[in-house]
Amino acid sequence: MQTETKARVDQLTSPAGHPVSVLRYEGDIASTSKDAVLGTYQSLPKATTKLVLLDFSKVDYINSSGIALVIQMLIEASNSGQKVYAFGLSPHFTKVFTMVGITKYAGLFPGEAEAMAAL
Amino acid sequence: MMEEKTTSVEVRLPSRMGYEKVAMSTAAAVAKLMGFKEERVEDLKTAVAEACINAIEHGNLLNEGLSVGVVLSSVDDALEVKVIDDGKGLKSLPPKPDIDRKIHGEEDPRGMGMFLIQALVDEAEWVKGTNGKSSYVRLVIRLDKDTD
Repeated sequence: MQTETKARVDQLTSPAGHPVSVLRYEGDIASTSKDAVLGTYQSLPKATTKLVLLDFSKVDYINSSGIALVIQMLIEASNSGQKVYAFGLSPHFTKVFTMVGITKYAGLFPGEAEAMAAL
Repeated sequence: MMEEKTTSVEVRLPSRMGYEKVAMSTAAAVAKLMGFKEERVEDLKTAVAEACINAIEHGNLLNEGLSVGVVLSSVDDALEVKVIDDGKGLKSLPPKPDIDRKIHGEEDPRGMGMFLIQALVDEAEWVKGTNGKSSYVRLVIRLDKDTD
C-alpha cells in the first residue's frame, strides 16, 4: 500500500566550490523507508562528506515515522560534523518540518538552485 | 430555528501500515466538498494519517484481524473525524517532543504523531473505550469563514 521509497545519490560541486552529496528521494517516506533514507545516507563516506542535501521534490507522503528517520540522520550527521540541508518540500511539509523543529538542524530551501547557491 | 444537517461517511481499514492513506484520501474528499482550502485539507490529511497509524500500531497492535473505523461527520462549518480501534486507549498524553533532546540522544527520535495531530487540527481528544475496547481519537477541523 505504501509506495516504495527510491533513493539515489548525486555528487555535485556548489558554485562556491564545495562538494555536495545530494540524496534524491522518490515515493513515500514512512516506516518502511529505513534502508532508502538511512541506508543511503550511511553509504556516504564519512571522512569526505561534509555537506548533505536532501531532495524531497518527488516525495508525495511523509509521516511521523519518516520524520523520525530524518531525525536519526540528523543525529548521525551532527555526530560526524556534517551539515544537512533540504529542498523540494511542499508548503505543507515545510510547515510540518518547521513545527517539529527540524529546521533548527537542517536548512530548508525551496529549490535545488537556491540550495546549491547557498552552499 | 435552522436545522443542522449532518452528513456522515464511514471507512473501515485493515490494521496494516499504509492503509491510513485510504482514510487520508476520504477525509480530503469530504473536506474539499465542504469547501476547505487546500492548506487545511493538507493539515487534515496528516492529522488523520497519524491518528490511523496510532490506531493500527498501538491500538490494534498490527493485528490484521482487527479493523480501524474512521467516521467523518460534517456539520455546517466543522468536520469531525473519529478514528476507532480495539485498544485500551491512552493512559496519558505524551509530553511535547523536544528536537534538541532528540538530536542529543536524550529522547526517542519517534513520537511526533500526537504532537502533529494536536498542532494541525482545531480540537483533538483521546477517549478510552468502555470495557477496554473501542477507544477513539476525535478530531475537529473548522471551516473558518473569514480565512477559508
